[in-house]
Amino acid sequence: MNPVYIAGAGMTRFGRSEWPLMQLASVASLAALRHADLGDIPVDSVVVANMGAARVNQQTALGSALVDQLALVPAMAEAVENGPASGASAFKIGCQAIASGMADVVLVTGVERMRVVNGLEGTDFVASLSQPEVEYIYGVTLPSLAGMFARLFMDRFGVERKHLAMIAIKNHENATKNPYAHIQQTVTMEGILTGPEAVVNNPPIAEPLHLFDCCPVSDGAASVVLVSEGVAKKLGGTRVRVAGIGQATDTHAVQEREDPTDLKAVRLASEKAFSMAGATPKDVDVAELHDAFTILEIAESEASGFFGRGEAHVAIERGETRLDGTLPINPSGGLKAKGHPVGATGVAQLVELAWQLRGEAEGRQVKDAKLAYACNFGGFGNNVVATVLRREDS
Amino acid sequence: MARISELEASLRPPAMDMPPYPPKAITLASGEKMVVRQVAREEVPVLLEAIYPLLWVERDFYDIVAARLFGELLAYKRYRVKDEYVLAGLIDGVLAGMVNGRLVDEKTGMSYHTLTIRRGLRVGSHLFAAKMEYHIEHCKQEEVLIVAESPIGFRRWMIEYPLEKRFEVQHELGGVPSWVLPRETYYAAKPRLVAGRRPVSEELLRGAQSIVLPGEETVVRQVAGEKEGEE
Repeated sequence: MNPVYIAGAGMTRFGRSEWPLMQLASVASLAALRHADLGDIPVDSVVVANMGAARVNQQTALGSALVDQLALVPAMAEAVENGPASGASAFKIGCQAIASGMADVVLVTGVERMRVVNGLEGTDFVASLSQPEVEYIYGVTLPSLAGMFARLFMDRFGVERKHLAMIAIKNHENATKNPYAHIQQTVTMEGILTGPEAVVNNPPIAEPLHLFDCCPVSDGAASVVLVSEGVAKKLGGTRVRVAGIGQATDTHAVQEREDPTDLKAVRLASEKAFSMAGATPKDVDVAELHDAFTILEIAESEASGFFGRGEAHVAIERGETRLDGTLPINPSGGLKAKGHPVGATGVAQLVELAWQLRGEAEGRQVKDAKLAYACNFGGFGNNVVATVLRREDS
Repeated sequence: MARISELEASLRPPAMDMPPYPPKAITLASGEKMVVRQVAREEVPVLLEAIYPLLWVERDFYDIVAARLFGELLAYKRYRVKDEYVLAGLIDGVLAGMVNGRLVDEKTGMSYHTLTIRRGLRVGSHLFAAKMEYHIEHCKQEEVLIVAESPIGFRRWMIEYPLEKRFEVQHELGGVPSWVLPRETYYAAKPRLVAGRRPVSEELLRGAQSIVLPGEETVVRQVAGEKEGEE
């Protein structure tokens, strides 16, 4: 396979946007293209990640729309829908195009505009990824699945609500250092868990998960420019190589899993990505995990291989995953506070890591980061893409 | 009170005795302390200044809430509304939000508006709850008539409490069919929706004595979000 590099990365501020869907996608794409500074090197292909535009924005064929909007015709173009893992799936497809020699420059853009519908409709649209006959039809939503998962995980491994609150506090704090983050507000243990008013400030959503255990519903777009080795050499500067990608699936219905607390798809995807990269979890300097719910940061950090089973919450108590810890997790604020425009999330994780590896993450920069890892968690863990990025100094 | 002319007196609605709202302090999710206290008539101009830039903010129906609240506060200041009260939420003295309402009679209250300036910390929920607390616990009323002008309000009041329909009653806010919070529903919801501690420390009270405005730009940014395209 030919090597693949990230030459540029950009995104819009996540939050609630008045911009139309394609404007969001265009702004992120142009930011990434400007960052890559390609000069007269043409873009061969455009891949757009999105989950819900057909339903909530009444728009399909987003690849064709974006390539035209950016005046990149006649570049190849397509759209990818793979639930909340759409972003990393699109990234993988872009990498495959370059690795195969089919393209030298690929623009990968993830976009979602889901605040256009109300919260109930938004929750229902995301729930449509669940198994239709045994989950969705009975009213399952992602928060309810996560609540049941959290209850089981907490009972089995001794995780307490204070550990979930620690994740929220950490990620909210990180987000205040990220100008692109949806939530720019710190929270405290007293305010969301231990104080007498916490019961009102932080109401239950799906026990044991409360409001501040759940990511916000966001609009936004993120974009990366992938290039071949030849193009990367022409561009010069610090290079971010796509060192490994792994993808794995699990049963559609969570109830069919032998052990629902075992995020098998995360484990397998991670193993594949690290194997391809010739690295181990111990080599990672910074990670972006898919913390749509705080419990997922704990579970994914174990399934990805950073901690043993039942050990992540202890590491969190020790502050190991803080920005100044031994393995900073979600320096961007994660989905929890940076926001979660579903189709954009997987790309946004890689945008953050590309900036981290290039030393461009400003106030949240992880010192001397060389190897980075991302986990984009689709469905309720039934389709996961893991990515390892490595800095190469030219 | 200064002497008023006979004509002016005839223009004013009759007034009932209204108990004061004792201030309380609420620790928000951010750890900041918000003092909720009653606003005196002479403080109304400061609130009007805070509301003014929101008259043109369409997001989440702030424009209509701001416009109506502006009129209600003026009516309170100029004695042209019966038995109105205003509560404000102040964080380090800075205005975070306000609510108002009035007493219809001894048994029934009417909620007017809830306007949040500092968003994302359930300030509006806390202030609305304080308003219900005032009607039910301090004024000893049996029920409060309520409508919502935005989907957010509908979710917060009608669904979260939950309120009952009283559609045969037209609410003063546009004749919209009313919902009602009966006393028993209030007490059932109180443990999960009504927060705050009394007495408020001298230090916190001192900090909340005068109302500091966050500034027009800040008010609009906090309400409507960052302007896109800014980097």
